[in-house]
Amino acid sequence: MSSEEYPDGLLYHAEHDWARVDGDTATLGITWFAQDQLGELVFFDPPAVGTQIQKDTAYAEVESVKAVSDVIAPLSGEITEANEALGDTPEKVNEDPYGEGWLVKIRLSDQGEADQLMDAAAYRQHIGRG
Amino acid sequence: MSHYTSVTEEDRREMLAAIGLSSMEELFACIPEGVRLRRELDLPAGMAEQEVYEHLAALAARNRDADAEVTFMGAGMYDHYVPAIVDAVILRSEFLTPYTPYQPEVSQGTLQVMFEFQTAISELTGLPVSNASVYEGPSAVAAAGYMAKLETGRRKFVTSRGVHPHSRAALETHAAGFGSQVVETALDDHGATDAEALAAAIDDDTAAVFIQQPNFLGTVEELGAVAEAAKRTGALFVVAADPLTLGILEPPASFGADICVGEGQSLGNRLDFGGPSFGFFAASDKYIRRMPGRIAGETVDVDGRRGFVLTLQTREQHIRREKATHNICTAQALNALAGTVYLSWLGKQGIVELGKLMLQRTHYAREALGLEKINPGPVVREFAVRVPDLDGVMERAREAGVNPGYRLGRDYPELSDGLLVAITERRTKEQIDRLASLVHAEVAA
Repeated sequence: MSSEEYPDGLLYHAEHDWARVDGDTATLGITWFAQDQLGELVFFDPPAVGTQIQKDTAYAEVESVKAVSDVIAPLSGEITEANEALGDTPEKVNEDPYGEGWLVKIRLSDQGEADQLMDAAAYRQHIGRG
Repeated sequence: MSHYTSVTEEDRREMLAAIGLSSMEELFACIPEGVRLRRELDLPAGMAEQEVYEHLAALAARNRDADAEVTFMGAGMYDHYVPAIVDAVILRSEFLTPYTPYQPEVSQGTLQVMFEFQTAISELTGLPVSNASVYEGPSAVAAAGYMAKLETGRRKFVTSRGVHPHSRAALETHAAGFGSQVVETALDDHGATDAEALAAAIDDDTAAVFIQQPNFLGTVEELGAVAEAAKRTGALFVVAADPLTLGILEPPASFGADICVGEGQSLGNRLDFGGPSFGFFAASDKYIRRMPGRIAGETVDVDGRRGFVLTLQTREQHIRREKATHNICTAQALNALAGTVYLSWLGKQGIVELGKLMLQRTHYAREALGLEKINPGPVVREFAVRVPDLDGVMERAREAGVNPGYRLGRDYPELSDGLLVAITERRTKEQIDRLASLVHAEVAA
């Protein structure tokens, strides 16, 4: 399994999701803390390309051996790509949550929303690791 | 004082003293005055064990059962022969007594049986995924509706009136709870589903389309046209099937059924008091994560040996309420075990032979009765006829120790003179001929 880290350069949502913003697009995923709480992931059904997702609302489900949980969108936008590879190897989310474990890519509908997210230091504090 | 336990007054005093109280009343001190009963319960005096036995035996003697009279009653539960081997297996205390025996470390026998049951259901229905059983047929139909609602997000169910009245009622009860609407469509004048009427009722808001095979009147339905109509709009196609007649009827999967459910009583479970029995629930692969009920899975242990476990438990057992596929969280394991033993006893050839026998005898009975046919087309195990002076026939027959069948007027007001007659392998030619003579004696009179 991966070691605990919260990379700088990413933005974090209180519900344990991260976003890597690049102009008007962003890659989204769940944090190390989230995958650690969930345990080994066994299933991820990616939402369809073109789906509109809304900040602070659920856009997908992840299923681990312990529970089925909602994934909360840290930012709003339209899904341009989903990580289909996770269909065969969902455990990638546990092994590499910020790299190969990415969940979806979106085109942002409101770039200003990013200001409401936390940086790595604030997130570490939020989960009591800072 | 209660004589139901062995506790004496002395025992009570000691127990109360041990916790620092002096009376039973003080135990209930936290119950507010306003809701206390303040009197003894209005129950008759207790009886000795022998008196209880005599009393219950007298009550039971007022019932008539399928062993005491020749019954042609069906309507969803059938008087099939249950071989002795079923009891020999299910009365073993390892199967009979445990409560939720699902830890794989100690319950491989139970889990293996569940897996074999699921396999049998998959083979009968042609659908790859089956759960380990649900309560009975009607609630399985309702559960299929809920699954279709979750899958499609649509709010309407369309069902033929050929589906069992209890199943339609259960579907309506559940649908009311989550705000879905049930539309019933008519039977044609041959006692089969009017496929055009059904198709006309299906629209873009239809989550699922329901049909029963054979239908409530015993008619063998044409599933193809209905399947097509459902698929066209993206509604799920649900078939409520009888498991025993699946030995000779085409499996619902060959018509593209998304879900196949049904009542399992005719597999190794007696009529009893109308239960308990079990329901089965099978579906296509893509719905595996929306399945209600327990699912047993095959796996290997740390030493690589084959074993069985409950699987997909995060969807049904260890769930959060909003994520649950259903509320059932259980199975009718003992009844499903009876069904599994029965199917093993019958075998792949036996179920076909039994199906053919029922087909032949049903058609023989329908001819022998010589009454106007409500469903003149192909039927299996059951058929519906119009009976002049139905009241008279019922009375004469019951007096002669024969139950001629189920009065259709209860559920189909347009068939108030209708009788639903069931023919299982227990109904001999002599018994059928006797029913015919009873019916015609009345008609002649």
